[in-house]
Amino acid sequence: MRIKTSALRFGVAAAALGLTVFGVALGQHQEVFQKAVRICLECIGIG
Amino acid sequence: MPGMYRDRVKRGNKRRISFQRMIQLLAAAAFNGYALGFGKGKIFTGQTKLFCVPVLNCYSCPGALGACPIGSLQAALGSGKNRFPFYVLGLMMLFGVVLGRAVCGLLCPFGLVQDLLHKIPVPKLAVPKKIDRPARYVKYIVLLVLVILLPAFAVGNAGIAPPYFCKYVCPAGTLGGGIPLLLANPGLRQAAGWLLGWKSLVLLVILALSAVIHRPFCKYLCPLGAFYALFNRFSFYQMRFDREKCVGCGKCERACPMNVEVTKNINSPECIRCGMCKNVCPTGAVSSGFSCGKAASPDARETTPEM
Repeated sequence: MRIKTSALRFGVAAAALGLTVFGVALGQHQEVFQKAVRICLECIGIG
Repeated sequence: MPGMYRDRVKRGNKRRISFQRMIQLLAAAAFNGYALGFGKGKIFTGQTKLFCVPVLNCYSCPGALGACPIGSLQAALGSGKNRFPFYVLGLMMLFGVVLGRAVCGLLCPFGLVQDLLHKIPVPKLAVPKKIDRPARYVKYIVLLVLVILLPAFAVGNAGIAPPYFCKYVCPAGTLGGGIPLLLANPGLRQAAGWLLGWKSLVLLVILALSAVIHRPFCKYLCPLGAFYALFNRFSFYQMRFDREKCVGCGKCERACPMNVEVTKNINSPECIRCGMCKNVCPTGAVSSGFSCGKAASPDARETTPEM
């Protein structure tokens, strides 16, 4: 069971890293940035 | 009296800030380090906002140095570009697999607010199990419906969906973003309408409930907590329970703010790794730490997280 747990956590960590790197390659981090540097009117209860 | 127990009693007699509280305060300050923003009524626009923070911390909070993962996820899904949010989801999974819900117990500023409110000396409410157990699943519904499905599919005329959770529910956004910005920015104040009234009501109800129920938002509503809960059983950071050292006093389960059955299911999806069980255990049977999956030494006799 311990081996399965270990494999799962390393597998998920690798998948997470892969997704993040792929997202950066697509420029999705810039989309996050563009959203985060403007006041989100919906978030603060105005939009 | 065993040495370890004696030390714990000695430490318990001194009124000093706990390790958990210290980490919570440092994290809240680190995630909201742009102090000038609170005075100016403007938000930070530096490069650190390329990254998502692991906690529910509104990116429209004047002090916020990073992006909120739940807000970013909704923005990506509702952007009308029909693209899978690789970056945000990858980061969220990374936080989840490393820390699990330790993010909730140790890092989340809104968790800290709830913890502090629960210190108010008013009678506490024990939610009956009949209500508590099914209500714990509400946060998963919030995650699925308000954070994923509606932003992805319920798009408006412009082909863009609003961030439904942020817009109609998120109390952390109202407290950290809405109130400070409206106080410091008269232009925004004039634009406030019924939505602000609704969100303020949600915030007030959650804050009031926090005084009588421990962390009601984390238990029942937080979509980020629901997401990290999926990783709790196999994350690198784990709680450990040594059955050989346990004397069955039950202190751990009475101390647990999330009502986790510590001796049976210590890495339950509900455990926020706050360390309360560890602090009250008189024999040191509960511990926590990072595990890379190496076999435990025979002396440690630690329980393996059940899958």
